[in-house]
Amino acid sequence: MNNVLVMPMIIPVIAGILLIFLRPYIKLQRWVSFLVMIVNAGIAVYLLNRIQTEGILRLDFGGWEPPYGILFVADSFSVILVLTTSIVTAICLLYAFSSVGKAIENMYFYSFVNFLIAGVNGSFLTGDLFNLYVCFEIMLLASYVLITLGGRKAQLSESVKYVVINVVSSWVFLIAIAYLYGTVGTLNLAHLSERIAESGQTPLLTVISIVFLTVFALKAGLLLYFWLPGAYSVPATAVAALFGALLTKVGIYAMIRIFTLLFYHEPSVTHTLIGILAGLTLIGGSIGAIAYKDIRQIVAYNVIIAVGFILVGLAIGTQAALEGSIYYLIHDMIVKALLFLLAGTMIVVTGETRIDHMSGLIRNYPSLGWIFFIVMLSLAGIPPFSGFIGKVLIGQGAIETGSYILLALAFISSMFVLYSLLRIFLNSFWGETIISKEDKVPMKKGWIIPCMLLSGGTIVLGLGVEAIAPYVLDAANTLMNPQLYIDAVLNRN
Amino acid sequence: METLITILAGVLVTVATYLILSRSLIRVILGTAILSHAAHLLIMTMGGGLKIGSVPILGEGNGTFVDALPQALILTSIVISFAVTAVALVLAYRTYQETGTDKLDELRGMKHE
Repeated sequence: MNNVLVMPMIIPVIAGILLIFLRPYIKLQRWVSFLVMIVNAGIAVYLLNRIQTEGILRLDFGGWEPPYGILFVADSFSVILVLTTSIVTAICLLYAFSSVGKAIENMYFYSFVNFLIAGVNGSFLTGDLFNLYVCFEIMLLASYVLITLGGRKAQLSESVKYVVINVVSSWVFLIAIAYLYGTVGTLNLAHLSERIAESGQTPLLTVISIVFLTVFALKAGLLLYFWLPGAYSVPATAVAALFGALLTKVGIYAMIRIFTLLFYHEPSVTHTLIGILAGLTLIGGSIGAIAYKDIRQIVAYNVIIAVGFILVGLAIGTQAALEGSIYYLIHDMIVKALLFLLAGTMIVVTGETRIDHMSGLIRNYPSLGWIFFIVMLSLAGIPPFSGFIGKVLIGQGAIETGSYILLALAFISSMFVLYSLLRIFLNSFWGETIISKEDKVPMKKGWIIPCMLLSGGTIVLGLGVEAIAPYVLDAANTLMNPQLYIDAVLNRN
Repeated sequence: METLITILAGVLVTVATYLILSRSLIRVILGTAILSHAAHLLIMTMGGGLKIGSVPILGEGNGTFVDALPQALILTSIVISFAVTAVALVLAYRTYQETGTDKLDELRGMKHE
């Protein structure tokens, strides 16, 4: 039965609603949410293996066959992302157990994490453009709440901007949907792709695609990232890790989906534009990452660099580059979550946010220091870790198509990533220790174990590329051949 | 009719832009609400004609049906914008309580070095 397809979205929704009624039982809330993520991960693994044998799966809601009804479509790309989301969220939840505190946990924290995940998974799985909008909104509404939980001044003033910018970008999304519906008269992604291919993507459609590009650029932080560093610095550490790992990635997913499935006929316009934007993002993010001394800002700018890097793969658009983008997307979800968790832990144990006010942490917390070292190498793309394969493949794609400027920008940005993190490492972990034995905040197991799990994740992903290669290959193959997706959805085998 | 509605949507966008660019937080939120109304009108007009055909029910009318999809889209979108506005209003109120101001220029970001 294909009904299992809707589970990654519906289970978190149900769990979230149930948890509202279980407000006093925090222990129960914790483990229910954790269990939901584990179950989701299991479902994703099951789906992923079924897709390899049976091809792309779909579920028509209410039996309305496409293109008339709304449907969920699971291809390797979306299910890989669902799987990564579930694992990363489960680990972030483990961190949240011992870090967010009773006051926040009592304010429906776990319900909203569940709703957030429902929105994220829904966005990955949906096969309908308007449904994508709805899932985006579910995710954003949950994120509006999560970002303000705690109610500190900085949180509130940053979240006002975050909400307004997202409301405006959602409006642009609606406008784009209205234009597209007015032009081609359908909203089913496969049907849209077919109709756009029939009309040969007229200039009008290309303009509409640019409107979509604007929306997803705002959501993903592609050049329009001015809201991101502020918004990602204020929430509780576990929430910031979830945001850093998931929210921009949903924008990236939507962008890759739209520009490989729908608007792939005029790459000289759209993909060139994406390339330029990605290049500028890499430059801006790199400058930001080395400009600040506040660790939260540095980490947030690292998110922006990764966005630019992944979209370089989309701009190049060859099989190898897209594979690279997918690998890097998975890698980045894991490692960015880890980076945010580490930064948050450093802030908690020192009580400082500036790197020049921290020193000698490696003597007090050796494991934290070594995990940070692993993250640094992984983000820079040093071989045994997971960042390597994505960088190699995107680089390979760039050389194949002769996009040397993008290649140079992408790899120079890696240097900046390395430098910005090395700066944190040298300033905060080396040098004289400033924390005396008496004031030392004991490292909780609940902080260090999630970090260890995630760093284990980056090592496993790096060494186990062989194991996931067939899935990524299939995902990139579907992206490169939109006809596969269309045939699967519209029943034309 | 379509032209009229399109112009109306344009006017709403103008008003909304003016409100969003103002300094008071409550005006910004009202602006976003009006913005969403403009989008709804646009969806309705883009849906291929207002006031043509009859209700989209099988066996009723004389063969020309109004496209029901844009209305379904708008309905969903209205609910969403309602929810977002509610959240934004609560947020604005909390911000006012906490910071004692609803002027956006006094809510500037974190202090940089």
